[in-house]
Amino acid sequence: MSDILIIFRKPPAGTSWAREAMDLALVGAAFGQQVSLLFMGDGVFQLTQNQQPDVIGQKGTQAMMQALPMYDIDQVFVHQDSMDTRGMSPDNLNISCQAIDSKALPGLLQQHKQVFNF
Amino acid sequence: MKYSIAIYGGPYSHQATHSAWHFTRAVLKRGHTIERVFFYHDGVYNASALTAPPQDEQNLPLKWQQLAEDNDFELTVCIAAAVRRGILDENEAQRYSKPAANLEQGYQLSGLGQLVDAGLTSDRLISFGP
Repeated sequence: MSDILIIFRKPPAGTSWAREAMDLALVGAAFGQQVSLLFMGDGVFQLTQNQQPDVIGQKGTQAMMQALPMYDIDQVFVHQDSMDTRGMSPDNLNISCQAIDSKALPGLLQQHKQVFNF
Repeated sequence: MKYSIAIYGGPYSHQATHSAWHFTRAVLKRGHTIERVFFYHDGVYNASALTAPPQDEQNLPLKWQQLAEDNDFELTVCIAAAVRRGILDENEAQRYSKPAANLEQGYQLSGLGQLVDAGLTSDRLISFGP
């Protein structure tokens, strides 16, 4: 059983949810917790390649995502149905993710002691 | 049972903090304890001492302050989320050479690790967001 699951459900721009959720993931890992990530809903857009957040004056989360392995965060899941309905494929994401279908979601949640939903 | 509360919504914009306050009071009434209320994201605005609502509206920062004082729990505000939104205690105001501090009494700035810690040390961590 892992310690913390952080669910990313908001698009990368428009609000600071993506960034502040990622902050919590890194802090959790720095506190010695085993952290997993799940991208679903509009949160899958956080995984698109070639984002240019600087154009709209934002910092984005790309650099933090590249740092995930340094924090031993290697359990990264993406909801298959959310990608399908948004015309995305697991092959062209900015970090490597494990696709998970709707049926497997309850099991994933149960595998974690704590779930943070952003 | 030991509870902690996470609040991600600002006062007067979202129901989150109202609901959290009522939930917290209900938890206490049932004889449970609250260990910590943690303010993150726009929730940090709940900690502003400069909040000045009209007289016929509730003063949420003061309501939290009162509840925490009466029941001996912590009001912890994420320092990174707070400072970039202009919620500063004396130390941070000095550090960033700002003309004033505005963190309400009874609240403290601390790291995001306190949210992780609340999850680890409480039996339940309940979050309220917009």
